[in-house]
Amino acid sequence: MDKFTELTAIAAPMPTENIDTDQIIPARFLKTIQRTGLGRNAFAAQRYDADGNEKPDFVLNQEPYRHAEILITYDNLGCGSSREHAPWALLDFGIRCVIAPSFADIFFNNCFKNGILPIRLPREICDELMDDARQGANSRLTVDLERQVIVRPNGETIAFDVDPFRRHMLLEGLDDIGQTMAHDAEITSFEHRPSRAWVPSITIGTVK
Amino acid sequence: MPVTTSPRTLFDKIWDDHVVERLEDGTCILYIDRHLVHEVTSPQAFEGLRMSGRRVRRPDATVAVADHNVPTSDRSKPIEEPQSRLQIETLEKNVAEFGVPYFPLRSTSQGIVHVVGPEQGISLPGMTIVCGDSHTSTHGALGSLAFGIGTSEVEHVLATQTILQKPAKNMRVSVEGKVGPGVTAKDIMLAIIGRIGTAGGTGHVIEFAGSAIRDLDMAGRMTLCNMSIEAGARAGLVAPDETTFAYVKGRPFAPKGEAFEQACDYWRSLASDDGAYFDTEVTLAAEEIIPSVTWGTSPQDVLPIDGSVPSPSDEPDPARAAQIQRALDYMGLEAGQKIAGTPVDVVFIGSCTNSRLEDLRAAADVVRGRHVAEGVRAMIVPGSGLVKHAAEAEGLDKVFLDAGFEWREAGCSMCLGMNPDRLTPGQRCASTSNRNFEGRQGPDGRTHLCSPAMAAAAAVTGRLCDVRELVKETV
Repeated sequence: MDKFTELTAIAAPMPTENIDTDQIIPARFLKTIQRTGLGRNAFAAQRYDADGNEKPDFVLNQEPYRHAEILITYDNLGCGSSREHAPWALLDFGIRCVIAPSFADIFFNNCFKNGILPIRLPREICDELMDDARQGANSRLTVDLERQVIVRPNGETIAFDVDPFRRHMLLEGLDDIGQTMAHDAEITSFEHRPSRAWVPSITIGTVK
Repeated sequence: MPVTTSPRTLFDKIWDDHVVERLEDGTCILYIDRHLVHEVTSPQAFEGLRMSGRRVRRPDATVAVADHNVPTSDRSKPIEEPQSRLQIETLEKNVAEFGVPYFPLRSTSQGIVHVVGPEQGISLPGMTIVCGDSHTSTHGALGSLAFGIGTSEVEHVLATQTILQKPAKNMRVSVEGKVGPGVTAKDIMLAIIGRIGTAGGTGHVIEFAGSAIRDLDMAGRMTLCNMSIEAGARAGLVAPDETTFAYVKGRPFAPKGEAFEQACDYWRSLASDDGAYFDTEVTLAAEEIIPSVTWGTSPQDVLPIDGSVPSPSDEPDPARAAQIQRALDYMGLEAGQKIAGTPVDVVFIGSCTNSRLEDLRAAADVVRGRHVAEGVRAMIVPGSGLVKHAAEAEGLDKVFLDAGFEWREAGCSMCLGMNPDRLTPGQRCASTSNRNFEGRQGPDGRTHLCSPAMAAAAAVTGRLCDVRELVKETV
């Protein structure tokens, strides 16, 4: 996973609530067995017409937002399906940071696992950042994870909260499987607790 | 096991019993009892294991089945869509390489992962259950803590049999009283989502309680918990009771004999204690719930069948008003129109929400002696091969086929259209599935979520209508 430390980039405003993961990447594109290559079809229904031509009114088809690395939306971003293809599609498009008043739980979690920083900020602040974003190519936002601030084009800073463990993982670009495996002894000891004796094993031979 | 004297919820108890270790910042290493795997969200996880030379820690706690991509037509032929075929072949290769138990496509045990788990006794009360699928919440009906995870977490669970998580908040949704005739678990859940919204449960695990919930059979409880995610919750739960134990007893992978009795004793101890703290409480009166459908493109866009579609002009927030207009345009509806009477093109009875034997019986009760309306395509997709066989043993297939329904093989099918079962642009569907998002059942398809009985009523009348009027006629 790529580290996330500091990002200065174009932000795309999407003033919509409840953007679900089916919108971010429709189901017909989930047939891949890879993590990459989904960016072309991110937001496919809104981005392309039936003939595959770009719809000019969709924000990510417009300059400078086709180069956006930050996405700003309204509440409940990423609701619905748990598909990690949604953050994969955003990442493949170039998005490294998503900002919204609230997120669906699984999507929020999936972002961190892929080096995308999700930031919760009140709706009024999201509105201000969207206004910044609408100023065009020279109006970039800086997201500084080390200092936990967003720097607006006018120099004003906005502080944000992030879970310390997840911040550490992003700053270092760590994957957590290796970390958990360091607790192997505790996991094994848990598995041998007498209170767990009732939990049946599923053996291959019995599955028809 | 932590010794706690303060009253605890069902969620607290299952959580406490699965914490392997609590890390410094409060994140817990949580042990997972059952890991269910399907073909769409697992290939990248197995590939990750392969790249790092890791094995599956507990193949005997893992079960795989293909459901999203599978054709629901003749299974004797090869899968036509090359990408779907590749995804299923990749799953088969992975389960063979890593020694994971697997229900093959042509086995009668194959089906939708959230139907198969409970049906086989793989999912049991008191367990932690995960799957790379948001509708894993279904298994909470058994009184297990079950939630959907992303593919990175699938890899984490395969490698370590644990996940990293902080405890959720507790929400209790109580539905008290008795529902009227024609009102099902689906209507109850749509009413709950309509009340709290698709973000109402965010950060919470919902325990469903109250007399109307206790009265539900296991299929109904599964419908309810299934759509917890549509209320934004991490998981849904119903406390295990005698209905649960009667359901679990004798299932292929459930504990047997004395072990079963011991397990029941443990499961009985899991119910929320009197005075346990819930961060959020919501109460609904069962009598006030009537058969419902969705009108828009979010599961919270719920209407009682006698209701009218909202108008953007009634919404003070301009952003929300714009979203209502967008949903109306997408759905081809007029502000203020009655939802009943809206003509449908397709009826889909199936999905992990409503494809169990009880659901098919409820639909058949409406269909018996009637015929699918002219110009309507109506399909029944049982949740598993076993559901299909059981329904055929009761003659339900004949009821549906005689009425002009398609009777298909088990799979996710038109819930999300990853297989060839898809809406064409502009088609309107009464669907027993769980999501009415734009494009969910096919690009530009229009979805109205409802119960199997309501979907059956739409099939035979050709329009969204109140099933109670048809049932009255029959009586």
